Amino acid sequence: MSYDAFRHFADSWGLVFMGFVYLVLVGWAFLPRNRNRNRDAANMIFKDADHG
Amino acid sequence: MDDLLVRTGGWLALAVLAVFAVAVSADFGFSVHMAIVAAAAFLVMMLTLRNADYNPVQAVTGPDQSRYDDEPIRWGVIATIFWGVAGLAAGLYIALQLAFPVLNLGLEYTSFGRLRPLHTSAVIFAFGGNALIATSFYVVQRTCRARLAFPNLARFVFWGYQLFIVLAATGYLLGITESREYAEPEWYVDIWLTIVWVAYLAVFVGTIVKRREPHIYVANWFYLSFIITIAMLHVVNNLSIPVSLVGSKSYSLFAGVQDALTQWWYGHNAVGFFLTAGFLAMMYYFVPKQAERPIYSYRLSIIHFWSLIFLYIWAGPHHLHYTALPDWAQTLGMVFSVILWMPSWGGMINGLMTLNGAWDKVRTDPIIRMMVMALAFYGMATFEGPMLSIKAVNSLSHYTDWTVGHVHAGALGWNGMITFACVYYLAPRLWGRTRLYSLRMINWHFWLATLGIVLYAASMWVAGIMQGLMWREYGADGYLVYSFAEVVQAMIPLYLIRAAGGLFYLTGFLIMVWNIVQTVRGRLRDEKPLTDAAFDPAKDRPLPALALGRTNGPLGAPSPATIVAAE
Amino acid sequence: MAFRKFSHGTIERNVTLLAVLSLLVVTVGGIVEIAPLFYIESTVEKVEGVRPYTPLELAGRDIYVREGCYSCHSQMVRPFRDETERYGHYSLAAESMYDHPFQWGSKRTGPDLARVGGRYSDEWHVQHLKDPRSTVPESIMPGYAFLADRELVTGNMSANLRALKRTGVPYTEESIEKADADLRIQADANADATDLQKRYPKAQARDYDGNPGKTTEMDALVAYLQMLGTHVDFKAGAPQEQVR
Repeated sequence: MSYDAFRHFADSWGLVFMGFVYLVLVGWAFLPRNRNRNRDAANMIFKDADHG
Repeated sequence: MDDLLVRTGGWLALAVLAVFAVAVSADFGFSVHMAIVAAAAFLVMMLTLRNADYNPVQAVTGPDQSRYDDEPIRWGVIATIFWGVAGLAAGLYIALQLAFPVLNLGLEYTSFGRLRPLHTSAVIFAFGGNALIATSFYVVQRTCRARLAFPNLARFVFWGYQLFIVLAATGYLLGITESREYAEPEWYVDIWLTIVWVAYLAVFVGTIVKRREPHIYVANWFYLSFIITIAMLHVVNNLSIPVSLVGSKSYSLFAGVQDALTQWWYGHNAVGFFLTAGFLAMMYYFVPKQAERPIYSYRLSIIHFWSLIFLYIWAGPHHLHYTALPDWAQTLGMVFSVILWMPSWGGMINGLMTLNGAWDKVRTDPIIRMMVMALAFYGMATFEGPMLSIKAVNSLSHYTDWTVGHVHAGALGWNGMITFACVYYLAPRLWGRTRLYSLRMINWHFWLATLGIVLYAASMWVAGIMQGLMWREYGADGYLVYSFAEVVQAMIPLYLIRAAGGLFYLTGFLIMVWNIVQTVRGRLRDEKPLTDAAFDPAKDRPLPALALGRTNGPLGAPSPATIVAAE
Repeated sequence: MAFRKFSHGTIERNVTLLAVLSLLVVTVGGIVEIAPLFYIESTVEKVEGVRPYTPLELAGRDIYVREGCYSCHSQMVRPFRDETERYGHYSLAAESMYDHPFQWGSKRTGPDLARVGGRYSDEWHVQHLKDPRSTVPESIMPGYAFLADRELVTGNMSANLRALKRTGVPYTEESIEKADADLRIQADANADATDLQKRYPKAQARDYDGNPGKTTEMDALVAYLQMLGTHVDFKAGAPQEQVR
């Protein structure tokens, strides 16, 4: 493939594809079922030995 | 005992090998370096023999497993402070050299060209690197609730890294350099750093593997990607062919355009992964701890992490705008640099919003104030960076002091301030003191440092823009108005203001040195109290082995004080 | 569906997965953006006149690197009117194709040096390097008087050339063997340089530092500076150049 072909792909479908992948990944990270796990993880550094 | 014999024998062999290398060395600089290596290896051998545990009964007991392994971290904090003074003083000196060239002293060892890499390496790799290694060892133990894996290797990492710094610094003074900015040490020092770095990775990952906590905390992701990526960048960028196996000189494997792009791929990601990812790891642990609140959004930190490490790698070519690098690579670099603004600000917002609902701490807690200022400068520098990477802006700013100002806004404001905050956080905890010697002296440090940065950045903005405009100024007659020398002369007052800024910053740093020294000595300054985060040494312990079974079940309820469900 | 089961929490609990994924993520940029430059031919277009450095120039270049001149001097003229008028024709990729390492620089505390060759006399360079403010009063450059007193360490230039050959610089076996002799000839005003110029076209042989008695580091550095940017004949190529 030539430089021009690469460039046209990157400007059109490549860009759309990357934007789509990005949105899917963001949505994945924000899935509501992970809420509790995320809250526990964020509070993890405050647990001390007593709480096991 | 066999183990002891092997270890001392190994160090002795290394010492002998280095002495041999001194004898057959091809140049003076290499002999000096091998003499340093020989002395270091001999010293380690002596210490191994002296500190060996000759009592077989005690050897079984080993160190107290119910405490964290904080010894290398204490050394690391001391090394951070020591190299910080050295690096800042070198920076102030070369800043003055630009205003008063007589300070070059006419000696080869004290000329600007040799001292400049000494300054940059001392602040980035010696000050910043020691801060990163020390805090990563601290954080990984606390978040994994486990002692360091491979304690001897951890000590090797610390001392091996100091040897790397000494070899690099003496090399610059002796004129041993690959001339690759921020990767100047020659081939054999690079090999040594690679060994140390692999050991560092082993200790870090080993500790995560033996964790007693199912979850790997976000700070550790940043530390891990920093260690891995720096290893990759370091190895590829330093590929070179030595002229002689017993000489210091080598030639880069790459040439011209390819060499330039490889170097700036490294150079920009030394900023991206050493000075950003690593320090963000510090932010993700120490800001919540000092604020006593969880990070604003854990989900934002997931997106922040992946997008930051993905995007940073692409930004290197913005250092080569309008050069002989192919145009498409320049444009790609520019586009990704601009996009990079978003994850950078995502991280800043995550850090700042952690204080949501507790903003009064900025007024009452001087350590929090320092962290907030660090994040503010991080946000400023990561806005300025994308702006400077736009080709039209870069055509003016490149080669000027604007770049220098930008780098220092990030380095002094973000890396410096967040490191100071972490050192203030760590000192009482590492040396088992009830509090710092003085919290009020942090205020002095804070204002001196802020004033220093403002003077520095403002003078370099003016200098850079003025320089860029003067170089391209045309008169009505169609000729260039200014000769190069006239532009140099116009810079002098601004160089003086910059040096004053550096002096303020260094003065603030010296106040910190005094504060930490007194804290280590166990002194408490008689002063009106200020707020600080609570610390209970009794609870600062790894998870007891007994509780191991319980960690795999549902997580224990956080204490009432920390339930601040931001999600 | 496997996707529904696979939450980010899996990565957060597996250090191997985390390490491998983050390594993959950081290599993408390098592979897409950097690797092609090593394969695409148009990265460095062939230009007539560019040749490897002579041993004396190379020794001078090593001194340039050793003293950290790149900290303050760039060697990359950008294609802007003010830069081409101030410094000369903008730099071509081919002009640094034998530069191991490149010396493009990142800062102009002092002027660009990509085309400094032939602009000033040898005497000016020597005087300027010894005491910069004696020729340019506004200069803030450090003095390098010690270069003039110090004999150039030679005797093993072949090893330097051989190392460069390993990186891909087309030195012939003959030029590697005769490296030390070539170095002495180029720094000697009275030696016969025809053989040297056959191997290195346009190489200038003379006593650079005004001290014919010995070959100093000053000889080497000035020889390097006087060569910079002189390989390509831009006057000859001008009629074929397209207006940008």
